[in-house]
Amino acid sequence: MSTLLSLQGCTVRFGGLTAVSGLDLKIGPHDLAGLIGPNGAGKTTVFNIITGVYRPTCGSITLGDKAIAGMKPNRIAGLGIARTFQNIRLFASLSVFDNVRAAFNLRLKHGFSHALFRFPAFYREEADVDRQVMELLDIFDLGRHRDVLCKNLSYGDQRRLEIVRALATRPKLLLLDEPAAGMNPTEKEALTRLVRFIKEKFEIAVLLVEHDMKVVMGICERIFVLDHGVKIAEGNPGEITKNSKVIEAYLGEQPPEAGTADA
Amino acid sequence: MSRYLRSKKVWLLLAVLGSALLSRFSGAINEYYLQVIIFVGINITLAVSLNLINGYTGQFSLGHAGFMAVGAYTASIVTLGVPLPLVTYPEPSAALFARLLGALVLAFDHAVNAVLWVANSGVAAVHGLPLVLQFVVALVAGGILAALTGLLVGVPSLRLRGDYLAIVTLGFGEIIRVVIQNTDAIGGARGYSGIPNYTTFFWAYAVAAATIYIVVSLIDSTYGRGFLTVRDDEVAAEAMGVDTTKYKVVAFVLGAFFAGIGGGLYAHTTTYINPAGFDFQRSIEIVIIVILGGMGSTPGVAFAAVLLTVLAEYLRFVAGYTFLPTWLRQLAANRTIIYALVLIALMLLRPQGLFGGLRAFGASATRKVPKAA
Repeated sequence: MSTLLSLQGCTVRFGGLTAVSGLDLKIGPHDLAGLIGPNGAGKTTVFNIITGVYRPTCGSITLGDKAIAGMKPNRIAGLGIARTFQNIRLFASLSVFDNVRAAFNLRLKHGFSHALFRFPAFYREEADVDRQVMELLDIFDLGRHRDVLCKNLSYGDQRRLEIVRALATRPKLLLLDEPAAGMNPTEKEALTRLVRFIKEKFEIAVLLVEHDMKVVMGICERIFVLDHGVKIAEGNPGEITKNSKVIEAYLGEQPPEAGTADA
Repeated sequence: MSRYLRSKKVWLLLAVLGSALLSRFSGAINEYYLQVIIFVGINITLAVSLNLINGYTGQFSLGHAGFMAVGAYTASIVTLGVPLPLVTYPEPSAALFARLLGALVLAFDHAVNAVLWVANSGVAAVHGLPLVLQFVVALVAGGILAALTGLLVGVPSLRLRGDYLAIVTLGFGEIIRVVIQNTDAIGGARGYSGIPNYTTFFWAYAVAAATIYIVVSLIDSTYGRGFLTVRDDEVAAEAMGVDTTKYKVVAFVLGAFFAGIGGGLYAHTTTYINPAGFDFQRSIEIVIIVILGGMGSTPGVAFAAVLLTVLAEYLRFVAGYTFLPTWLRQLAANRTIIYALVLIALMLLRPQGLFGGLRAFGASATRKVPKAA
């Protein structure tokens, strides 16, 4: 199996706190992978080092054959990693259309001078971007909201719009940070279908961080479990549910025998 | 027809031709009124360019008067054509350390003189040109030098956010003012006088129209939406591949460029400039125009520039009306108090500014599908 993204021995320290420690992770070009773990396990930190928000203290990250550790987030986005955020981060003052259009910034052939002088090439490119944005919006049934300010969208639509915006950068790997947070069971069901659909339609890999076990087990073919910044298990959903270390991390360990608590 | 009305280039052309036409009749207006009208045009340029930085890109700059000063002085030096005096070298001393230091000073002075020599020969060359071209070269030179200053200030300080950036830009603005105040070659604190009165109605409004055209065209494009994403959410913008640093620098440099040109226009209408005219309060006045008009609304900001400039002049008359009670006349004489009251009322009633948040006025407007023009 070829590898799209690979993390080798990644460690992140904030002062004295080790958020992620010696993490190895491999994701193939068509994987639906999940990253789970209790609160504070370091899942979002992993996202942040992959997308360049933080630089790992040590270890390497490669996308395809490029080392991306320590690159600026906008360059990493250009290389093909897009993400959503745990707390939705849309461009609040922009319309639905403009939110998605902003993600096309990356692939503009004509920049500053064309916006100023407005030659026919500029209008051609703008019309082209326009068409592609509408295509994407229509796929996700957001086309009818194109001129709505995104802060006026319903919560579910905002989550969806954030995914659409990420897809507009034409990623090879899509990172979803708790996409089901705050959703009701019906919405979660729809999300599960949506993620599967995205993977098929755009032929990309998806890595998601999620608390909701039902969602994770429903979507992911491959799961990584983090606890206190260390990967404690890896495998398909069936293996993970039976793994004793995972159960321990989530439900707590058996009461220790007297006298060994400090060992 | 409607296709042409939608083209921004056509509007720019109309505005420039219109101001050229109106300028021919400006002789019929009372000189004082004409001066105020020209100030309005200059303030539109200043406020619209600051709005690119503060409003659209969300970087709070308090240094606009500093860039204006760079433009004003540069443009005046070019049109006046008074050569800048070369540096005189100090005598190198015998002591080893002093010689080393002396060599450094000498090298520095050589470099300064080289720059001055190039500047002086440039100015001399410009004086072979017709007056109109001299003025254009002067304005552009002022704009470019202000833009370079903007780059110098912007690159290190744009890592800072919010209040911190505001403080740093304020500091840089003051540094520029103090440097000018202590440079004797350009008049120091006495100011620089005898600048030719080149700024006509045409120049003030053609430049204002060009500034509006450039800011509006930039924002109304896929490229320009990048400025707004920087303002709305920098982290998300980065994650979507927007090079936020580049956008901030572009906004800063472009804003400083037009502040410089505005400064050049200002110098050539007042014919006398001094460092005190480009102090912190001048920056604040421009910021107030932007806030009053609505951050990120070009028509709002242009409207507020007209309103506040005219108000400031009108208050001079109010202060002279003897039939008014003394306290009211004193209030009118202190326009900063009026500004403060206007701002307080605004924050209570319309915190987004007069035109802010109105889609019809481009606050965060969505746009029509562009047709080839």
